[in-house]
Amino acid sequence: MGIQERLIEDVGLRRGVSRLTPEIIEKIVNAVLKGETGARLKTYAETCMRCGLCSEACHYALSHPGDPSYTPAGKVHQTMSVLLDKKGRVDPEAIYGIAQIAYTECNLCRRCVHFCPVGIDTGYIMSTVRRICHKLGVTPQYIQDTSHSHSATVNQMWVKDDEWTDTLMWQEDEARDELPGLRIPLDKEGADIYYSVIAPEPKFRTQLIYQAAAIMHMAGADWTMTSEPGWDNSDMCMFTGDFEMMGRIKRVHFESAQKLKVKRIVMGECGHAFRSIYDMGNRWDAWKMSPIPVIHSIAYFWELMTEGKIKLAKKYPGPVTVHDPCNVVRGRGLHEKLRELVRFLVDGDIIETASNREHNLCCTAGGGVINCGPPFKNVRVAGSKAKADELKATGVKTIVAPCHNCHGGLEDTVHAYKLGMEIKFLGDIIYECMEKPEV
Amino acid sequence: MHPPTLWDWEPGQRVILSSMKCPEACAWVEEPYASPDGERVAALASLAEGGSTALVNGQPWETPFDKAWHPRFSPDGRFTAIIQQDGMWTLAVDDEAWTESFDFLWGTQFSAKGDVIAACIQSGGEYGLCLDGTPWETLYENANQPAISADGKSSAEVVQVASLAQADIEAFQKGVFSVAVDGNPWDAIFMNVWTPTFDPQGKRVAAQVRTTLYDYSIAVDGQKWANNYSCVWEPRFNPATGKVVAPVRIAGAWGLAQDDQIIWEPKFAQCWHQTISQDGKNIAAIVAPQFGSFTVAVNGKPWSISLPVVTDLVIANQGEIVAALGNTDNRDWRIMVDGRFWDGTWDMAWAPVISPNGGHVAVKVEKAGRQTLVVNGRVYPREFTKVWEPTFSPDGTKLLIRALDKDAFVRIVATVSQA
Repeated sequence: MGIQERLIEDVGLRRGVSRLTPEIIEKIVNAVLKGETGARLKTYAETCMRCGLCSEACHYALSHPGDPSYTPAGKVHQTMSVLLDKKGRVDPEAIYGIAQIAYTECNLCRRCVHFCPVGIDTGYIMSTVRRICHKLGVTPQYIQDTSHSHSATVNQMWVKDDEWTDTLMWQEDEARDELPGLRIPLDKEGADIYYSVIAPEPKFRTQLIYQAAAIMHMAGADWTMTSEPGWDNSDMCMFTGDFEMMGRIKRVHFESAQKLKVKRIVMGECGHAFRSIYDMGNRWDAWKMSPIPVIHSIAYFWELMTEGKIKLAKKYPGPVTVHDPCNVVRGRGLHEKLRELVRFLVDGDIIETASNREHNLCCTAGGGVINCGPPFKNVRVAGSKAKADELKATGVKTIVAPCHNCHGGLEDTVHAYKLGMEIKFLGDIIYECMEKPEV
Repeated sequence: MHPPTLWDWEPGQRVILSSMKCPEACAWVEEPYASPDGERVAALASLAEGGSTALVNGQPWETPFDKAWHPRFSPDGRFTAIIQQDGMWTLAVDDEAWTESFDFLWGTQFSAKGDVIAACIQSGGEYGLCLDGTPWETLYENANQPAISADGKSSAEVVQVASLAQADIEAFQKGVFSVAVDGNPWDAIFMNVWTPTFDPQGKRVAAQVRTTLYDYSIAVDGQKWANNYSCVWEPRFNPATGKVVAPVRIAGAWGLAQDDQIIWEPKFAQCWHQTISQDGKNIAAIVAPQFGSFTVAVNGKPWSISLPVVTDLVIANQGEIVAALGNTDNRDWRIMVDGRFWDGTWDMAWAPVISPNGGHVAVKVEKAGRQTLVVNGRVYPREFTKVWEPTFSPDGTKLLIRALDKDAFVRIVATVSQA
C-alpha cells in the first residue's frame, strides 16, 4: 500500500519530473524549507505521535478502509517526512508520487486538524509540499493550465476582456425580459457592494450571474461589477503553490474594488476563493486582513433575509440536506447562518449528514483536486465514497451546497454512487422562490 | 482644446442644471458624470420606448442607439460613451460616432490633454487598439492591458503572438506573449508580460515580464534587465532622467530597483505604487515596513505613521508634497500628508489632489452619505449629495468644485484661502 502502487499518468507531472535530478531537487527543497518555513512546520514534524486519530477524519481514508497510506499522517509520511528525513535528496520518481498525493489525494479541507490531539494542520503541510512541487515544476497539467490562465488573463478560464463584459450584458438583457429595469451596473463608483464571481460563471454557469442580478435587483441593492480584470476572485495559483501569482491576482482583485471606492465585496457561492481572499492571497500581499471587507454569499443572503429584503412567494420543497463547504465553514464558521437561511427558504426539515457543520466531510473536489482534471477523476470519486454514504443515509433528494467546487465534486459523486439527488446553490433556491413582479 | 487656463475661474456658484430628475421619455437615468471644467453634466439614459441615449445638461443626443456603457468625459471636455448599433460597437464622442465599428469595444483611454482617444477592440475574434476610430493594422489572438502615451501618438498592449492549444502548458511556458507598440510586436517573447507603460515622451515602453514560472524582471523596449527577481511590480519612468524604477522582491522582501540596480534596499513586506516627482528627484512608494502595517516611504525612508491599508499615493510636481490615504477595514479613512495625519476620519476618501504649484492639497471625502472636501486640512463648510474630485486653477489660488446640491448640478469656484 502506498502511492507508488497507484501512480496515474499526467502530462504535467511527467514533464516536470523528466527535467529533475537529485541535485536539483535537493537544492530547491532546502531553499523552500529554509526560506519559507519555520517553527510551524518543525513543530508539526516533531509532534506527530502517529496515533492514527486523523485516519477517522479524512474522507480518503474513510473511503479506503484499512489502507493507512490515505490517512493524513500516512500522506505526510509519504511526502514531507521523506523530504525532511532525506534532507531533500530524493529521486525524481519519488517527487512524482509526492506531487500526486499532495495535489490529488488531499483537499486541504483541514478536517483532520479537529481530530488531531495536538492540532497538526496537515493542510498546511500539504500546501508546503505543493509549494515545493511548484518550485520543482511538477504540477498536474490541468491545474497548471488554470494557473497560467490566471497569470495571463487574471481569471482561471482564459476569459478575454470583451467576453466578460459581453456576458454580463447578455445576462442583463435576458433578465430584463423578466425584470424590466434590472441593471448590472458596471464600474459604478461608490457603490455599497462590489459583486465578484469566479470564471466558471461567465464560462458555463451564466445562470448564476442572472440569478445574482435578479436577487440584487429585488433586494434594492446598491451594487456594481467591474468591467476590468479583477472580477474573478478565484485562485488556483494558491493550490498549485505559485504564491507569487496568488499575490498578484489578489492585488488586482482588491485594487479593482478599491478603485471603485466600494464599501465591501460580496462574493458568489465559492469556497476556495474565500480562503484566498481572507487568508492566503491577502496575506502574501502583506495585508493582515482583507483590505476591503469580503462577505460570502451565505452571509450576504442571510443579511438580506434578516433585514426582510428577500420576500418569498413560496418555499422550496424539502426536506433537504446541507453540505458545508470547508473553506467557509471550517474556515469561517458560516454553518449556522447557512442553516438559518435554509430553514427560511425550505418547506421541510434539514436532514443532517452524520458529519456536519465544522466536522462536515469534504466534497472531495476542493483544494484544487477537481481542477487537476480527468486523469484523476476516478481516484477523486473513489475518495468520496464516505461522503456518498452519508448523503445516501439522509434519504433526501436535495443537497444545498453553496460552493462551485463542491457542486462539481458532488455532481460526480451523486452520479457515480447513483444517489439520485439534485444539488442546489442558495441562489438557485432564492431566485426560484422569491417574490418577483409579474411582467 | 479647452485647457484649464481658459476655464471660468470667477469665484462664485453657477447652477448648471437645476434638476437631475429622470425625463418622461426615459425609463431611467444612470450615474452622472461631470466635465472637467464643470460646465456640463452628462449621464446615459434608457429610453422608455427602448434603446439608449446620453443626456448632456439634460438634453438628449440627437441619435439614439441600442445600448451604451462606460460614459466618460475626456480631459478636454468631450463626452464619450461606448455604444452599440445594429449589433456592432463603436465610440460616440459628443453625439458623433466613429465611422468604424467593431464586434466589441471597451477600455476607453485618453491622452493627457484629451485630444486623442483610444479604445480596445475585438474584430472578427482578433484584438488590438483603436485610436480616434482607426484600428491598428495588425490585430492579435488576444490583447489586454492597454496603454497610451501622454501625447496620444503611441499606444501599446500586451499581445498574444502565437496560438495555444487547450491546456498546452509546454507552449505557454516557452512564451507566447509580447508587447505591441502601435500594433508592432517587440522581437522578444515572454511567458508573461504585464502593465506596459510609456515614458513621458512616448518613445519607450517598460513592462513587467516573467521568463520562467519563477523569474520575474523588467523589460524596456523588449530588452529584459539582466537580473531576475522573485517578483516585481509595475515599472515607472523617472520623468527627468528616463531611468526605469520598479519594485523588486528579493529573499521575501521588497525594495526598489532603478535600471536593474537596487536603490531601496529590500526590507519591506510590501512596496508598490512608486510615484516620481516631475523633477525626478523624489520617489515615494506605498510600503509595509512590517506585515500588516502600511505607510509611505519617501526616498526610501518610511513615515512614522501607519495604518493597515494605504492607497491613493500622489506627489507634487517638484516633490514638495506627498499625500496618501489610509484606512482600517475600508472604514475610518485618514488623510496622510507629508508624514502626518490630517484631523478627521471619513467613511470614504478619494485620491488627494495637489495644486500645480504644489502649495495646496484638497481631498474629496464622504461621511454618513454626504460628501464634501477637505482643503489644506480644513473641512469645506458645505456638504453635497455628491461632489467630484476638485481641480485647482493653474495658479493654485482657486478651487473648482463640481457637485450635486440636492437635485441640482452646481459649479463653484472658491478661493483656496477661504475654502
